[in-house]
Amino acid sequence: MSQSTAPHPPPPPSAAETRQPRRGPGRRGRTGAPGAGRPSARVPLRHRLRRDYPLILMTLPAVVLLIVFAYVPIAGNVIAFQFFSPYAGDGFFDSMANSAWTGMENFSRMLDDRDFWNAVQNTLLFSSLQLLFYFPIPIALALLINSILHRRLRAWAQAVLYLPHFFSWVLVITVFQQMFGGAGLVAQLFRDWGVSDSFDLMTDPGFFKWLITAQVIWKDAGWGIIVFLAALSTVNAELYESAAADGAGRWRRMWHITLPALRPVIALLLVLQVGNMLTIGGEQYLIQRTAVGPGASEVLDSYVWNTGIQNGDFSYAAAIGIVKGVFSVLLVLAANRVAHAMGEQGVYQRR
Amino acid sequence: MTAIDTTAGVREADELRADGRRPVWEEKPTAIGQGAKGAALTVALLIILFPVWIVFATSISDAETISRTGGLVVWPDGISLDAYRELLSGGEVSQAMIVSIGVTVVGTLFSMVVSVLAAYGLSRLGTFAHRPLLFTLMATMFFGGAGIIPTYLLIQSLGLMNTYAALILPMAVNVFNILVLRAFFMNIGQEIIDSARIDGAGELRILLQLVLPLSRAVLAVISLFYAVAYWGNWFAGFIYITDQDKLPLQNILQQIVLANERPAGMAQLIGTGQIPSLAVQTAVMILALLPVAVLSPFVQRHFKKGMLIGAVKG
Repeated sequence: MSQSTAPHPPPPPSAAETRQPRRGPGRRGRTGAPGAGRPSARVPLRHRLRRDYPLILMTLPAVVLLIVFAYVPIAGNVIAFQFFSPYAGDGFFDSMANSAWTGMENFSRMLDDRDFWNAVQNTLLFSSLQLLFYFPIPIALALLINSILHRRLRAWAQAVLYLPHFFSWVLVITVFQQMFGGAGLVAQLFRDWGVSDSFDLMTDPGFFKWLITAQVIWKDAGWGIIVFLAALSTVNAELYESAAADGAGRWRRMWHITLPALRPVIALLLVLQVGNMLTIGGEQYLIQRTAVGPGASEVLDSYVWNTGIQNGDFSYAAAIGIVKGVFSVLLVLAANRVAHAMGEQGVYQRR
Repeated sequence: MTAIDTTAGVREADELRADGRRPVWEEKPTAIGQGAKGAALTVALLIILFPVWIVFATSISDAETISRTGGLVVWPDGISLDAYRELLSGGEVSQAMIVSIGVTVVGTLFSMVVSVLAAYGLSRLGTFAHRPLLFTLMATMFFGGAGIIPTYLLIQSLGLMNTYAALILPMAVNVFNILVLRAFFMNIGQEIIDSARIDGAGELRILLQLVLPLSRAVLAVISLFYAVAYWGNWFAGFIYITDQDKLPLQNILQQIVLANERPAGMAQLIGTGQIPSLAVQTAVMILALLPVAVLSPFVQRHFKKGMLIGAVKG
């Protein structure tokens, strides 16, 4: 449900394209292999079409699905500038054509909407907490795992650490419910010890921000180590060897070799994390919304769902979605700027 | 991604330590350091495993044990599989299991077919329309989901509300997965493919008989990613499915544990205390985690490689 504007690290196609020049003798004629080098003026269009049509046909199903379920909804966002009524016509597009245009009214409505600002505030608060408390943990865990020499132990530890990533949000939340809920393990212990009779972290609005941060850490901190481990495994071992020969102890080697190796990855992930600051939400919040109330738990994504689908205020919800998307893009660009200023690569390269 | 682009060193550094021996130049670990590392690792693993163990232990405990402990069971004395037997012998949870398994199997197969075809179709550089098609795919990564409101209205006007297709089609294509597959296909030696073509093999035949057998590792990883996404999806069931008997397991799990509802048909057994409601809740949780817990360890040794290829080569 997230409308993330900067999700995965999208790799520039040019990097891979230029790296593998697939030219070879005899591959460029009209009977030549598809993919034999760059499109060449020597191969006329209709030959290339005849040569490559199986490959294009193969790509089509995915492209069609994306057009229907990714591009059409993007176009559907124009209802943000309307007073959209789903009953104005027959189906989405007919209704869209028959709905009245309102210009920027849906956008100006946000300014006076206290619930909207509450959602903005919560979103920023929660993502800042995650940046502060979640972000460093995978790095530390990766260093720890990397320092384990015992092969079996390392594989086991990784298998366990990865596991919660594959649990659904419902499952993660139910696990927390069984641990910290009113009938959970901790409440049970507290009752036995006579500490407290009404312990229940799952319905405590004041505690919610810590609860969701803990859930994110439990679910994904282990999985987050993969990219750091990958970066660590690319460090040339000779660097360590020569540093050791020069008398650098283990801490100096960590400081001068290991951490610098992680720097670009850390910068990249930080940029992405900042770009996604407005895009926390979805299942984790919708599921727990009733337990702690919207005041404490509403984030932008769940607010969009709530105003739009629950209350039928489609146009206003779409407008919020657009604003969120635009600000997310601006955040990525800004974060990337900062990364560049600090001499890092960030998401895209500086030209 | 050039940021972490030094694949050349991967094997070298990995294999040096792979045999578990400490390089000669590295100092002997100190006792304190070893102890601290061991403690940190133990704590991290316990934080993950302990709750899962407790949930499992409770789900297989009998009514007497559960009522004695007054809640969750740390060590099961009396073992009883009644909760599972009841849940799986028809009724709401069985039905939801069937829905979830069906959606996961059909969805994963569908996603894999579409993704593999697209990844292979795009794996040859310089084919006709290669760049525009690739761009069409990659652009969606920047814009992400286009927004839940238009997507919801679209699903509605396509007549997909309350259908299993609504649980599959909107999430059938994951561009990141396609790019990982594509990167892997591009790494396969061009010579093999060329020689097959000289022998007269068509594209589909090359894909099925040459490329796919060489790509088992990445196919396993990507299949797992898709399967986990379908299996764990709660949101689609939440917004697109209104019939109780069409809901996937995750939605039923939420109803039973978080909304504290009793699964239809078991209210009597739970009410009379024959099966503790806690055993039912934890048993449903175990059913929801079982498939991924069983499958992911088998695939996990390929994760890093897959992620590296995805991140580095794109």
